[in-house]
Amino acid sequence: MTDLLQYAIELVAVLLLALGIKGLSKVRSARGANQLAAVAMGLAVLGLLINYLGTSGISIAAWTWIIAGTLVGGVLGAITAQRVPMTSMPETVALFNGCGGMSSLLVALAAALYPAALDAAGPVAVVSIVVSVFVGAITFTGSIVAMAKLQGWLSTPAWMQSKARHAVNIALAVASLVGAVEMLRNADSSTGLWLLVVASGLLGIGVTLPIGGADMPVVISLLNSYSGVAAAAAGFVVGSQLLIVAGAMVGAAGLILTQVMCNGMNRSLVSVLFGGALGATTAAGGGGGEYTNITSCSVEECALTLEAAERVVIVPGYGLAVAQAQHTLREVTRVLESVGIDVAYAIHPVAGRMPGHMNVLLAEADVPYEQLQEMDQINPEFPATDVVLVLGANDVVNPQAKNDPNSPLYGMPVLDVQDARTVFVVKRGMSAGYSGIKNDLFELANTSMLFGDAKKVLGDLLVELKDLGLGKK
Amino acid sequence: MFVEFLWVLLLGSLLGLELIGKVPPTLHTPLMSGANAISGITVLAALTAIIKAGENTVLLLLGSVSLGFALFNVIGGFLVTDRMLAMFSRKPARKETR
Repeated sequence: MTDLLQYAIELVAVLLLALGIKGLSKVRSARGANQLAAVAMGLAVLGLLINYLGTSGISIAAWTWIIAGTLVGGVLGAITAQRVPMTSMPETVALFNGCGGMSSLLVALAAALYPAALDAAGPVAVVSIVVSVFVGAITFTGSIVAMAKLQGWLSTPAWMQSKARHAVNIALAVASLVGAVEMLRNADSSTGLWLLVVASGLLGIGVTLPIGGADMPVVISLLNSYSGVAAAAAGFVVGSQLLIVAGAMVGAAGLILTQVMCNGMNRSLVSVLFGGALGATTAAGGGGGEYTNITSCSVEECALTLEAAERVVIVPGYGLAVAQAQHTLREVTRVLESVGIDVAYAIHPVAGRMPGHMNVLLAEADVPYEQLQEMDQINPEFPATDVVLVLGANDVVNPQAKNDPNSPLYGMPVLDVQDARTVFVVKRGMSAGYSGIKNDLFELANTSMLFGDAKKVLGDLLVELKDLGLGKK
Repeated sequence: MFVEFLWVLLLGSLLGLELIGKVPPTLHTPLMSGANAISGITVLAALTAIIKAGENTVLLLLGSVSLGFALFNVIGGFLVTDRMLAMFSRKPARKETR
């Protein structure tokens, strides 16, 4: 009776999870879909508990440990979720993801050490354990490294940029394989298990560490997919179909999402994973050089031009978010809108640190969702635009990507801001973007540079615009 | 049993591929974060380990720590996704009421 009940609950849970993932891909339904997935997860846990209560029962000791784990993990998770600033979202996802990988790793470890208790004997179980340990460990260490790099706690050591890293990583992969074979050959010894744990953990570090900051979101997305695979493998270990389905869904969906992100950046997954940092491999590939013909202007001039405009497009980049200037930006656009100027935001697919990250940051500053326009939508409109304000974005507005076949950026979809009548670029200095590539846009005749911190420039701009009599009713 | 599980794996993967067809870039970050929360479904494996542990303290401890990690992922993941999505729904919701 209880397994029938559990089957029914599991079926509902799978259905809700699928609907949840589906709903998450549409703006209107996304929030409800996320809650649906959370309910599904609760149901799944409930179904499992009911099943064991009806069959073997759950001991007091088990309850104690369940409650202890739940309290610690749940409370810490809830606090972290509430506290993190929106700008550090990529790091946060990496951290959560790593913990999911760790969980699969620990369960597989438990099954390997005590196969009798968890009915995990035989070659099938051992292979599942191997996969779960291997993928779980890579997910954990890889995610933690990704988080540390995004936080700036960790930088890539020089030897990691050289070819030597491939040899090291191959050696680690071979060591993992040796450990796995040893586990299959000799079920009683735990030597193979520990070799696998250590080697795959180090492999996760070795693979992630050389990857450049700009590519990190792709890596996080891929690691997210891995954690699904690890969960599915853990499902094989403990014999839970629900776990297999959910893990497989996340694994597959994560893979697709990774592919979509790679397309947006015009990078192949292979070059992200094995190419190292973009700047390091392509520095000699042309497109470099000094800037010769830069026009800079004052905030006052910018304000005057803006006042005379009819249509203004804002191009926000990560620099804006770092400066926490999105709220000031919203004030500026409010003033412009108050005198009837048409304002839109052009969002490049990879604006921010992660696709969609910029949308989150602007939504936080109360920018109306309808004003955010995607690249394909807004590109034909630039010729009819009077002023473009580029804030902390660089590579995504580089015309080289369209015009210069020798440029490493060539082929990457970019925003055609140079088609607008006037372009203002707010930038802290003449440093290159993430890719380390010179931006031809800055030398064009219709481009003016406004040097300074985005927040300060926007604040000054706000004052100037108000001095011009804008925004006063 | 094993073959059955392989079928489940195959169908689950196909479902996952099918579900994420066209995602607007706006939602990539929340989607990644939401999918990430779902991968914390290893809570089930951790719970199973604890319940089947009997008197084995090491197993209980491993299971409990695993449960903690998984729940950190699940609770944190769902809450942070909700926080992000709440910002999106704020404005359009107001628009729809007019």
